[in-house]
Amino acid sequence: MNKRLNVRKTYKNFIGGAFVRSESGHVYGVTGLSIPPDMNTAQEKANPILAQACRSTRKDIREAVVHARKAQNGWASKTAYLRGQIIYRIAEMLEDRKANFTEELTWAGISKRAAAKQVETSIDRLVYYAGWTDKLSQVFGSVNPVATPHFNFSTPEPLGVVAIFCADESPLLSAVTAVAAICTGGNSAVLIPSQAYPLSALSFGEVLHSSDVPPGVVNILSGIHNEIMDPLASHMDVNGICNWTDHPASQALLDEHAARNIKRITHQSWGDGTSDEFESPYLMMQFQEIKTTWHPVGY
Amino acid sequence: MNMDFHERYPIDEVGVTERVDRLNRRSIKKESKLSGLKLALSMIDHTTLEGSDSPGKVIQLCSKARTPFAPMPDLPTLAAVCVYPTMVPVAVKALEGSGVHVASVATAFPSGLAPLSVKLEDTKYAVEHGATEIDMVISRGKFLSGEFQYVFDEIAQIKEACGLAHLKVILETGELQTLENVRKASILAMMAGADFIKTSTGKVQPAATQPVTLVMLEAIRDFHQSTGKKIGMKPAGGIRKAKQALQYLVMVHETLGLDWLHKDMFRFGASSLTNDILMQIVKQTDGVYQSSAYFSND
Repeated sequence: MNKRLNVRKTYKNFIGGAFVRSESGHVYGVTGLSIPPDMNTAQEKANPILAQACRSTRKDIREAVVHARKAQNGWASKTAYLRGQIIYRIAEMLEDRKANFTEELTWAGISKRAAAKQVETSIDRLVYYAGWTDKLSQVFGSVNPVATPHFNFSTPEPLGVVAIFCADESPLLSAVTAVAAICTGGNSAVLIPSQAYPLSALSFGEVLHSSDVPPGVVNILSGIHNEIMDPLASHMDVNGICNWTDHPASQALLDEHAARNIKRITHQSWGDGTSDEFESPYLMMQFQEIKTTWHPVGY
Repeated sequence: MNMDFHERYPIDEVGVTERVDRLNRRSIKKESKLSGLKLALSMIDHTTLEGSDSPGKVIQLCSKARTPFAPMPDLPTLAAVCVYPTMVPVAVKALEGSGVHVASVATAFPSGLAPLSVKLEDTKYAVEHGATEIDMVISRGKFLSGEFQYVFDEIAQIKEACGLAHLKVILETGELQTLENVRKASILAMMAGADFIKTSTGKVQPAATQPVTLVMLEAIRDFHQSTGKKIGMKPAGGIRKAKQALQYLVMVHETLGLDWLHKDMFRFGASSLTNDILMQIVKQTDGVYQSSAYFSND
């Protein structure tokens, strides 16, 4: 009998454009609600560990923030048009791997139809935000009337490095929406996927890798939220925190750390991620700052 | 000690790299890390060597050297401020009474391609205006073409022109090509009267590297064993992270011992290292990772 063993993928963190393991070497088992077709021994069926995801530590977080900081300026100074094209490219790559992502999501216990829907919504969302890159300052910027001889105008500018905590519900859509809404405007991100279902978000790193997104703009690290929220949220080089998880205890912790250096922090209930507020330029504006310039004229 | 520089000075390059790797794996945590960081801070020659340097920039640099981080007044001052000769009077005035030394590069830094008379004038100018340390460059072209006597005499004459000021001799190891040449140049400089030997100007890549530094430290050790004289060491250029600084300190301690773990015997030539060390010190005391946005950029 010549039974072939399947070659399984090692899920790794995505930091600074490279796929790396946690510096600690630690992993945690990700369990699924349904079983991948190649898990067919009795032992695998009894204990369906889908994969071992990296259990990131504070040092992995530190690395990720360093890369995010390094990448942010260059990313923000690319033309809005180019950023839009790159985001659109992510959508193209994701479309290309639709079947792959759909199957991965079904392991998390989602029906095949719902999984396909989630992948399609993710792709559409990328296209939606890709279109907003060069419209943001037109819509939210303004020329302001002032009583002195000044040309006074306001434009949105990216906040900097944003820490993102994704929801358990629709884990792929959550990660994609965060990247699309927050990074499109010129921020770089350290994204922490759902703790229970991190796999699709980790695979999304591969899509980013092949989409001309500069290294370090998006960094994805899996792990136990209780362990990594603390070093990430307290990091002085993080400028914003986007929290879509629903734990009151972690909200309090994040708020406390955000106060340390006045990080902008938002808590939003993700639901299933299909409500209008997640497909809206106001979501982008949560992590933009309005900068107003006074320019003397008339002399 | 072999003094014929035309002979081979065999260096085990693989051995040097392996020893560096082994030393880099030392784990330094908690209190020892904190005291190591403070020691490294006290050894920094805070440097600005740009054509665009202005008195304003030098004054900023000096105030950082006096008070590296205002919220922590107990921190040591930096060892010295390193500037071009025309900036020496500015630095001397700004550092009055602080105990921070004023170092000046001289001898047609960074190329060293000027007549000896000009180099001597350059050195005297800096010393007369109050520099207590002189960083000179050797004539690498002469050294590489085998004119060792010329290089030796030049260093000796500059040393004389320095008077009481300390002389640091820059070998510019990035241009010396081999570790063998690094060792030869180190010994030659020490024989000729250097108080310190220094790796690089910072204008040539690669600047200071650990293998080169280790070879120089070993040359210092051998020189001390055969003559009894203690020569200082200054790696310069390319050392930007606190972790690197600690690795250098381990190397110094393992090669030369405790006597060299002092700012009189060991210096870092750097500009961005200061802030990284400060960030690590604050991280050790506050417990959270720091951002460069909260540290003055001087």
